[in-house]
Amino acid sequence: MDMVQSEKLIYEYEKRDEEGNVIGMNRAIDGVDIDIPEGSFVAILGHNGSGKSTLAKHMNAILVPTGGTMWVDGRDTKDPMELWNVRQSAGMVFQNPDNQIIGTVVEEDVGFGPENLGIPTDQIWKRVEDSLKAVGMLEYRSNSPNKLSGGQKQRVAIAGVIAMEPKCIVLDEPTAMLDPNGRKEVIRTVQELRRRKKVTVILITHYMEEVIDADQVYVMDSGHIVMHGSPREIFSCVDELKRYRMDVPQVTMLAEELRKKGLQLPAGILKTEELVEALCQLNSNT
Amino acid sequence: MIRDITIGQYYPARSVIHRLDPRVKIICTLLFLISLFIQRSILGYLIATIFLGMVIYTSRVPLKYILKGLKPIIMLLLVTVLFTLFLTREGEELFHFWIFNITDKGLNISAYTAIRLIYLIMGSSIMTFTTTPNALTDGIERVLHPLNRVKVPVHEVAMMMSIALRFIPILLEETDKIMKAQIARGADLESGNMIQRVKAMIPVLVPLFVSAFRRANDLALAMEARCYRGGEGRTKMKPLVYRAKDYLAYAVIVLYMMLIFFVGRFVPFHIWIF
Amino acid sequence: MSIKLEHLNYVYSPGTAYEKQALKDINLEIPQGEFVGIIGHTGSGKSTLIQHFNGLLKASGGALYYNGENIYGDGYNMKQLRSQVGLVFQYPEHQLFEVDVLSDVCFGPKNQGLSSEECEKRAREALELVGFPEKYYRQSPFELSGGQKRRAAIAGVLAMRPSVLVLDEPTAGLDPKGRDDILNQVEHLHKNTNMTVILVSHSMEDIARYVDRIIVMNQGEKMFDGKPKKVFSHYRDLEKVGLAAPRVTYIMHALKARGMNVRTDATTVEEAAKEIIRSFHD
Repeated sequence: MDMVQSEKLIYEYEKRDEEGNVIGMNRAIDGVDIDIPEGSFVAILGHNGSGKSTLAKHMNAILVPTGGTMWVDGRDTKDPMELWNVRQSAGMVFQNPDNQIIGTVVEEDVGFGPENLGIPTDQIWKRVEDSLKAVGMLEYRSNSPNKLSGGQKQRVAIAGVIAMEPKCIVLDEPTAMLDPNGRKEVIRTVQELRRRKKVTVILITHYMEEVIDADQVYVMDSGHIVMHGSPREIFSCVDELKRYRMDVPQVTMLAEELRKKGLQLPAGILKTEELVEALCQLNSNT
Repeated sequence: MIRDITIGQYYPARSVIHRLDPRVKIICTLLFLISLFIQRSILGYLIATIFLGMVIYTSRVPLKYILKGLKPIIMLLLVTVLFTLFLTREGEELFHFWIFNITDKGLNISAYTAIRLIYLIMGSSIMTFTTTPNALTDGIERVLHPLNRVKVPVHEVAMMMSIALRFIPILLEETDKIMKAQIARGADLESGNMIQRVKAMIPVLVPLFVSAFRRANDLALAMEARCYRGGEGRTKMKPLVYRAKDYLAYAVIVLYMMLIFFVGRFVPFHIWIF
Repeated sequence: MSIKLEHLNYVYSPGTAYEKQALKDINLEIPQGEFVGIIGHTGSGKSTLIQHFNGLLKASGGALYYNGENIYGDGYNMKQLRSQVGLVFQYPEHQLFEVDVLSDVCFGPKNQGLSSEECEKRAREALELVGFPEKYYRQSPFELSGGQKRRAAIAGVLAMRPSVLVLDEPTAGLDPKGRDDILNQVEHLHKNTNMTVILVSHSMEDIARYVDRIIVMNQGEKMFDGKPKKVFSHYRDLEKVGLAAPRVTYIMHALKARGMNVRTDATTVEEAAKEIIRSFHD
């Protein structure tokens, strides 16, 4: 079975007015089927309100479906007996760097997860060191989190999750509150992690540049999956993306503009080098 | 900027006192405070002074820091001393002015009340100067552990304390930001009488509360995502373990208490102060 | 109507262990009606700088003139300055506190001492300016979506009818469409009202698209000050201080390096496309 799989997932909640009376139902997720193979890097894109974060919260059973099913590592997330197993196999990194760091010292925060799992003391230390090394923050181990930049805090959060040795890491808009350098730091750390640990990575984001190296990309809108494919396939559909309130990177945008003006460029250009190469090819042909 | 301010007055240094288990320090401080109140002779206070002096010296915390900690209570000290001085009627009258009466007993009592207060503050300061807030919370959690039997949620309380410690600088910084945002919209947080100023704080307090609740919610989710389910089954990354020096410290405090008690018991009555 | 800084410097926590010189000898002049962008790495002093414009922070040295008057002079009316120079902080929705949106937006005008009719009038104007739907005027600000909250917060500043609008990362945390909406609205405001707009941002692409002039801050000093094309031509220097040029500028440079005959000063997608097409037709 896949690492994460859902079938006709529905999530509804009641809409209440000022007095607390129920005035309707809000369907945040409306019949979603996803399959995320073990070891892959999958990105879920969508504008704010598309349901992507709600979907992410189903992956570690913070929310459970009101209709349909979500399986994580073969376990049904609705099963209360499997709750903590699900949470151990799917670790989550959240959007706000401050609001997920519990320890007053970096290494203590990274040890929080293993402490909860009842890991013996000496093993906790080993895991903490390995995790901090994996995200490149070992030298900050005795620092207070307050002195770190946003990108560094997120790396500590990622270390805190890896220390629990999950099979899959879900990153729920980890870069939304960071500056461009912080964003780069975090994405680089995630790529490095993939290289080293072969863990399944699910990245929820609205920044398209971050999904270029994903194996698969899903695009969500109004609680549905509206696009699904490889990054190249998705990036080729610029107009459709714009309709779903997504924005393509400038490289792709430029290629699209040039194509509209008649230049014969391949679709789905993702990187600067590709565009430069293609343009020079054209140039030498004319 | 505000995040640089550390909570409590931890003074980093390398001393035996710093390296003691926090439980030892908590218990010893408590015993020391008790000792100030159970004995009543000059000799007793002398012993207490020597003991305190030795601890301060061993802790390598500069005396001026410890004395600075007395600044906030100067008013309280003054008031207490003056009251005791003028309101004690026993003993020989030394001085008379209008309705004010100063007796020799009054002088004694007020002097020693002052000393008690001062030593109380200094003794507690040593504890906070040499123990990080984290270590203190760990220590308190372990010391209060027996209360679990009477259904006191010791672990949860300790967890709340350490989370509070973690977020106080963050919330302070946020308060600053919110205040600036409201001042930028023309809010006046400085002028006016008591009532006006309290009212003026509403645009700061409401967003702060909302933000604090939001953070608490996020944090709870993050903790659950990392499999936190209360104190059951948790192990500790930095467990508190007694070492030789801790037992030595316990021995020292026991000796001190015995001395104080002995002096209190066997010193002749007339050398008692009061 | 302009802002002028002369030898302005600012030191945090002077005389303590945390002393830091946040601004060093800043000289600059912003005439009325200009759309200025301020960029700089985190810690470069941009936030400190903009807090001087409305008198929230007082310079440690130097002078700041608003409309020719030194704001550090005796008896200067700071409160009035703050209604003329409106400052929108990052994540401004964190300042919302009132029972409903309309009341919150009235907060600024109320502090200016206006009558309640005038306050409501200005609040409604401001909310319309940011495209906030009327049906939510009486809703609690805490029940709105992120984008709506942000609009309400910006309206709260616009309701004071400032001549200068300073925005610190107004698009932080918004999705692409949300970012476009807010910036388009700001551009609209600028064009229609001759308001001076000062935009602090980390997005080079956004800055390149909207501003007439860029001020680059680095370690508390002004590093560059000029038109976007000129500033971004120094992209190597910008990189050294943790900034960058818009993506398209890099593309143009890469093409030139490969022998294509293109100008390298394009800073937006439209310019780049035009330039590339032009080079193909030659």
